[in-house]
Amino acid sequence: MGHGGGGALSAELVEHVFAPAFGGETLATMADSAAVTLGGARLAFSTDTFVVRPLFFPGGSIGDLAVNGTVNDLAMSGARAAYLSCGVVLEEGVEMPVVARVAEAIGAAARTAGVEIVTGDTKVVEAGHGDGVYLNTAGIGLIPDGVDIRPQRARPGDVVLVSGQIGLHGVAVLSLREGLEFDVQVESDCAPLGGLVEAMLAVTPDLHVLRDPTRGGVAAALGEIAAAAGVGVAVDERHLPVPEPVAGACAMLGLDPLYVANEGKLVAFVPRDHADAVLEAMRAHPLGADAAVIGACVADHPGMVVARTGLGGTRVVDLPLGEQLPRIC
Amino acid sequence: MKYIDEFQDPELARRLLDGIHATVTRPWALMEVCGGQTHTIIRHGIDQLLPEQVRLIHGPGCPVCVTPLEVIDKALAIAARPGVIFCSFGDMLRVPGTDRDLFRVRSEGGDVRVVYSPLDALRVAQENPDREVVFFGIGFETTAPPNAMTVYQARRLGIRNFSLLVSHVRVPPAIEAIMTSPDCQVQGFLAAGHVCSVMGVEEYPELAERHRVPIVVTGFEPLDILEGVRRTVQQLERGEHTVDNAYARAVRPEGNPAARAMLADVFEVTDRAWRGIGVIPDSGWRLSERYRDYDAEERFPVSGITTAEPAACRSGEVLQGLLKPNECEAFGTTCTPRTPLGATMVSSEGACAAYYLYRRLGGPVSTTTAQEATTVG
Repeated sequence: MGHGGGGALSAELVEHVFAPAFGGETLATMADSAAVTLGGARLAFSTDTFVVRPLFFPGGSIGDLAVNGTVNDLAMSGARAAYLSCGVVLEEGVEMPVVARVAEAIGAAARTAGVEIVTGDTKVVEAGHGDGVYLNTAGIGLIPDGVDIRPQRARPGDVVLVSGQIGLHGVAVLSLREGLEFDVQVESDCAPLGGLVEAMLAVTPDLHVLRDPTRGGVAAALGEIAAAAGVGVAVDERHLPVPEPVAGACAMLGLDPLYVANEGKLVAFVPRDHADAVLEAMRAHPLGADAAVIGACVADHPGMVVARTGLGGTRVVDLPLGEQLPRIC
Repeated sequence: MKYIDEFQDPELARRLLDGIHATVTRPWALMEVCGGQTHTIIRHGIDQLLPEQVRLIHGPGCPVCVTPLEVIDKALAIAARPGVIFCSFGDMLRVPGTDRDLFRVRSEGGDVRVVYSPLDALRVAQENPDREVVFFGIGFETTAPPNAMTVYQARRLGIRNFSLLVSHVRVPPAIEAIMTSPDCQVQGFLAAGHVCSVMGVEEYPELAERHRVPIVVTGFEPLDILEGVRRTVQQLERGEHTVDNAYARAVRPEGNPAARAMLADVFEVTDRAWRGIGVIPDSGWRLSERYRDYDAEERFPVSGITTAEPAACRSGEVLQGLLKPNECEAFGTTCTPRTPLGATMVSSEGACAAYYLYRRLGGPVSTTTAQEATTVG
């Protein structure tokens, strides 16, 4: 199970098993979506599979995730998603109203994101071989001229931004999945980020890296960028926008908000000269209202992320191994 | 944020640190007993901010780390049995047994479930009357009372398909063992606050007096740790050795009488083996005679399992404060969270895990660039 957690084990599986077997230069960039050229057009192309329990949670559902997940992966190349496919795997016995509700959510999310679902597929597996509904989406979109966004472009001196409060999705799902009740209900931040990215690109096409910090959270996103570009990343914990209920839930469970999943946030590496303007543009967009500078790309400690702690000490921010496990006491 | 931010306030931390710096005149070695405290210290870089003369030694207080290999192997054997649902807190799942861990058992078809409370495990037993449900009861005085209460409840409700695999340990005998070790370097203790919130402090004055060592009951937030250090250093500089409660917001002198009564009813004190350390007299609990029929070891044939620790693992020395994790030859090379030799590398409270997670660069790192960057906007 750890190999699906979005941490070091996931990365090892992809790097050591899938990528060598599949071959190809484009895959080796390990970006959220592939940038390919077809008939003179630069396209972003991405796919993602959604295995979520429960299917519905505060602030969203597996349907929202399936649409927004792929839309956001495309946005991380600077592309606005145009067309999506949707594959559905149903477990025998799942109730039809549940399937209908998931389908409604997929349709509504696609309309919100401004993307058209143009092809699909349905399979049914035997009872006991699935969690009700699994979804896969793939999508394509056009990358604007002059835009080259990928992890390898991170440079020392880049300013590191996050688009808003972190940890909401992970805590929302955890609270429902495990029957944990917190004082304040936390809602998932699931949202399509294409519009926010467009607003950022309107300020400058020279965004170096964008990443949506989903599984493994901001820590995994920063760690992957540091490793891909061979640069160091220095973050300041005092500047991380962690909302109170997330901080409280994490403190109770022994989790670190930096590692908790997000579904409507992005991390950006921006040249210092453009950072002020990009931050301003992000804050002017509804999905970037709480955007913040959280650190910088540095020449020190290449491949690693280091945090300055609230008290003024330092610590390494490692890639999580697999899923975070709540502690015993 | 109430109860979190106010115990991490950088300004208050600075004042406490200034106080410690002003007090210290000689080298002192303090042991934080609890693994949760170790993680707070390393995660927040507190050891980097203390005066050089104050050396923090990491203690044996990680419940996952001290659970003996033999008990882990028993858990793995029980969890792999058909018809068993094995319930555990999450952080036990990656702890290595002799040849696998609970994650591996689950991937091989065992029904291993993560729960957040032993009562959740009891509910699983109620919902699956045709299965045997076993809960992995490990931990210190903090987790023992709810586990005891679960067995009490099982009997009260007449639930027969539930049992506990018990490996509970007690802190005071461990302190005694550390202080009587010929290699002991510890001059003062930061006692684990949550343990004292259950048991009170009455077990400590005799220890403090006999070993002439200050014991300061300490919480888990950064300011708690700094206040604990400040009070311990103050005592040491004055030549005092008393028990002091620096965690009064959670710890009453008598502890939690209801929890202690539950412990006394369901458990009895026994000798226990600690992983990497060995048997410490009277250092654990087992189910008392009245509740022995809820003991998983009685219900499943696992008494024949015996094991040997991997020779390369020096976690026993780490747990006794004799070795820093990064001083071990295997640290970060043959021993990583991916390929752990011992539990200290995978437990969320393990000292080796804390060093691997937060301190792999060796010393402090310049974050000037981050400070500059955060002024943008």
